[in-house]
Amino acid sequence: MLQNLIDFFRPHVWPLLFALVIVAVVPLLAGYIVLLERKVMADMQARLGPMRVGPHGLLQPIADAVKLLLKEDIIPESADKWIFWLAPLLSVTTAMLAMAVIPFGPFFQIADLNIGILFLLGVGSLGVYGIVLGGWASNSHYSLMGALRSSAQLVSYETAAGMAVVSALMFGGALSTRALVEAQSQSHMWFIFLAPVGFFLYLVASIAETNRAPFDLPEAESELVAGYMTEYSGFRWALYFLAEYANMIVVSSIATVLFLGGWLRPFPNTRALDFLDYVPMLLMLLVGVYSLYRAPKQPVAVQKMFMVGVAGLCFLLAIVLALPVFAPAGSLLASMKPGLHGAFWFLAKVATYLYVFLWLRFTFPRYRFDQLMALGWHFLIPVSIANVLGVGIALYLHRSADDGGKGWPLAAALVLTTAITLLLAGWLAKKSDLRERVPAGERF
Amino acid sequence: MSETIHSGFSNVETTVLGADELIINMGPQHPSTHGVLRVKLKLDGEKIVGSECIIGYLHRGVEKIAEHRSYQQFAPYVDRMDYVAAVSNGLGYCEAVEKLMAVEAPPRARVIRTILTELQRIASHLVWLGTHALDIGALTPIFYCFREREEILKIFEKYCGARLTTHAFRIGGLQYEAYDTLEHDVERFCKDFQHKVDEYETLLTENRIWVGRTKGIGVLTADEAIALGATGPVIRASGVEWDIRKAMPYAAYSDYEFDIPTRKNGDTYDRYMVRMEEMRQSARICLQAIQNIPAGPIMARIGKVLKPPAGEVYHAIEAPKGELGYYIVSDATTQPYRVRIRPPSLINLQAFDTMVRGHLVADVVAIIGTLDIVLGEVDR
Amino acid sequence: MLDSIFFYFFAGLAVVSAILMVTRRNAVHSAIFLVTALLATAGIFLQLHAEFLFIVQVILYVGGIMVLFVFVIMLVNLDVAVRQMRFNRMWVVGLLLTLALGAQVYMVYRYVRMGDAPSLFNMAPAPAAQLEPNTQLIGQALFSDPYVLPFELASILLLVSMIGAVVMAKRKV
Repeated sequence: MLQNLIDFFRPHVWPLLFALVIVAVVPLLAGYIVLLERKVMADMQARLGPMRVGPHGLLQPIADAVKLLLKEDIIPESADKWIFWLAPLLSVTTAMLAMAVIPFGPFFQIADLNIGILFLLGVGSLGVYGIVLGGWASNSHYSLMGALRSSAQLVSYETAAGMAVVSALMFGGALSTRALVEAQSQSHMWFIFLAPVGFFLYLVASIAETNRAPFDLPEAESELVAGYMTEYSGFRWALYFLAEYANMIVVSSIATVLFLGGWLRPFPNTRALDFLDYVPMLLMLLVGVYSLYRAPKQPVAVQKMFMVGVAGLCFLLAIVLALPVFAPAGSLLASMKPGLHGAFWFLAKVATYLYVFLWLRFTFPRYRFDQLMALGWHFLIPVSIANVLGVGIALYLHRSADDGGKGWPLAAALVLTTAITLLLAGWLAKKSDLRERVPAGERF
Repeated sequence: MSETIHSGFSNVETTVLGADELIINMGPQHPSTHGVLRVKLKLDGEKIVGSECIIGYLHRGVEKIAEHRSYQQFAPYVDRMDYVAAVSNGLGYCEAVEKLMAVEAPPRARVIRTILTELQRIASHLVWLGTHALDIGALTPIFYCFREREEILKIFEKYCGARLTTHAFRIGGLQYEAYDTLEHDVERFCKDFQHKVDEYETLLTENRIWVGRTKGIGVLTADEAIALGATGPVIRASGVEWDIRKAMPYAAYSDYEFDIPTRKNGDTYDRYMVRMEEMRQSARICLQAIQNIPAGPIMARIGKVLKPPAGEVYHAIEAPKGELGYYIVSDATTQPYRVRIRPPSLINLQAFDTMVRGHLVADVVAIIGTLDIVLGEVDR
Repeated sequence: MLDSIFFYFFAGLAVVSAILMVTRRNAVHSAIFLVTALLATAGIFLQLHAEFLFIVQVILYVGGIMVLFVFVIMLVNLDVAVRQMRFNRMWVVGLLLTLALGAQVYMVYRYVRMGDAPSLFNMAPAPAAQLEPNTQLIGQALFSDPYVLPFELASILLLVSMIGAVVMAKRKV
């Protein structure tokens, strides 16, 4: 009886453990991404960002979380209490649920569903409910309008995102996230090189999906309404915020898995480029050396020690990443290489994608809502349809060798179809471009 | 069935609101109305079909106070009207009283006044650019603009001790001599600035989203602008080449070479381009001025107690926001009989209704920003 | 055994959600319970190893159609409509429909139990565990011989209805 029970639970232990780790780590991680955003924003605006709470502001997310937890929980009198309670929960739950199928490394995945990508899309569309119900439950006309606009935006860009994803799936041949990364390993290059248009479409669509600038009109502070989050305060608002940043992590992970090779290094499986395996260690060494270099320049003693600590941490990580590379093949250390390096590459790619999100937020003004919808429907969706068609035709031309006809080399077919898709995209972009091409000297 | 409802919209036929029409209120406390401005909008769906600006929240009775202060005592009050460009306010007032008294400030004073006023124009336009970009969603330019403005405020602080409400000029000239490194500071700033402003332009001018948010928004044709009495960059962007510095020169402007930027369409984008170019031209004027600041006294001989002869004068200058006019009536006592200030922001704000009709609510913020109003001036 | 637990959980959830859906006063609450009922049905699909159907149910039904339902409920002022509705007159039709459906359910149960279904009905359980992955099967079936024409026709029908909806809803500018 006991043996039966143990046998029953055994396959579920590791996934449960991973799930626990993710549920524990992701909220903290989302909080630190908020801090990262503030620091990057400050850097682009020629200032420093949070510096007071903890060395270089590192305890700021903790301080914010504590403050939000201690705030009075206000529910508007005429709000629908049950739905008011439910809405932020829906947002957070769907964001966390999506983490179940994301492969953070070759051995770190909660569930390898054979419909992984579809699951991610489905859970993303469930996220709309959190917004719509939140806006409605506040019982305020403006919140409702903000919520409906926000969800209309999400739904419009979901189509474009889905079709961009399809163009990568055609190369992968499977819906399972793990199988897609392995397909990229098989084809010796990331899918971004095979489907670059799809990647850029997904980049734009994912920014709109997560309601980030330049598509953040529904939540802009300078608008008449603050959107669906207006009536939420304290920890309920923190849940919405957490959901937004967790969603950012999710879409970054989807893009990484589909286009950027998941846990693989650039050009995996290519013997000639094996020196790329030294990159993680060199990168950490570089960061450590830079921290040591900056340490004497810190004004306060605590910050000096902190920088030295950071440098020490980076060197430690560099050693941990170097050991499997230098260890003799076949030993225990060498077998840890896919796991360790995989985790490093995955995190590095997700971090880069997130940095692009942040970068775009502080560079561009925001789109007006009708311009935003026009961009989604009149530009992204036609281009993504053309992209799917293009990739399909390219693959057909390439694989027609299987039927006995002569197949094109993949590169040639792809270049041709990508060029045609880009021409269409350029034409559509030009149609809605209001800029006049006047050289700077002749402006007046 | 149509009954007129008195909802304060004197310029819109108000009938019983149709199914999709609603009146919404923006302000007076709102992050983007640049002060305490209240705007009532009548919407048909998302489109604006009527608007009304309600002002007076910052009325401090400045013109009434003027009747009970001596001419010199009133000078600090004018700084507080357009608090973003205090130096220009002071210039207009001092020159108006000098005109009333038929004295002229000495050449050295005039040149230094020109330099400081042009620096203030740059500072005012920098504030405008930062806040306008922020309203439209660009989060970064405001920090760069304020960083540049900091240099100008440091120059002001070195000169007269104050950064914002400077009271830099006196009736008859200046009180403070130019400090030793004034020319060096101004030259360093202006040369640097001309490169920096090109850099800041790259963030916005060619940016598709910026152009999409500002082109065709808030169009004011030349006829409408003249009819409404708009002045300053507002009218220059609509195609009318009118700048008081060229048309009726004051201070030392007639000695320097500069261009008046004008554009044709009169939309928000054009006003943006005009003000960017004006900043460059101001730097150009400053660089010319510091080459040759004449030596000599900085104050005319007018004595301590000012009793202008009875009469009236209207003196207008080209403030950063438009034509700032002072109409002073003197009854031969030490206190003016009446001081009437023509605030450019108030007159420009009259154009708001014309500019905003037919646009969406999201454009209101852009249009208020492009008019560059300061409520201190609108309400006095 | 785990299968039974999951089945009873999803089935129970579906039934309870359905009952709650028709008994709520508030239309948005009803919509939420419809969502849970649909999600429970999707769970049952997943149990039958029809994972593609499961996820498509979530993406399209719950994530698309129900979102539209909820939009409409929120934008239309329902208080007036609710007060005007009268349930009383419809109870006869409701009862007749319930009896008809009940008879059908009983028929299915009896034939499965007794095992003597007429040739019209094929009551054998689907060999879910032995089938290939659902997505591949559906894809191959839809795009190859018997079903590709109806599939394309259905797509064109949907496109036409979409364009029709846009044309009808667009205001004369």
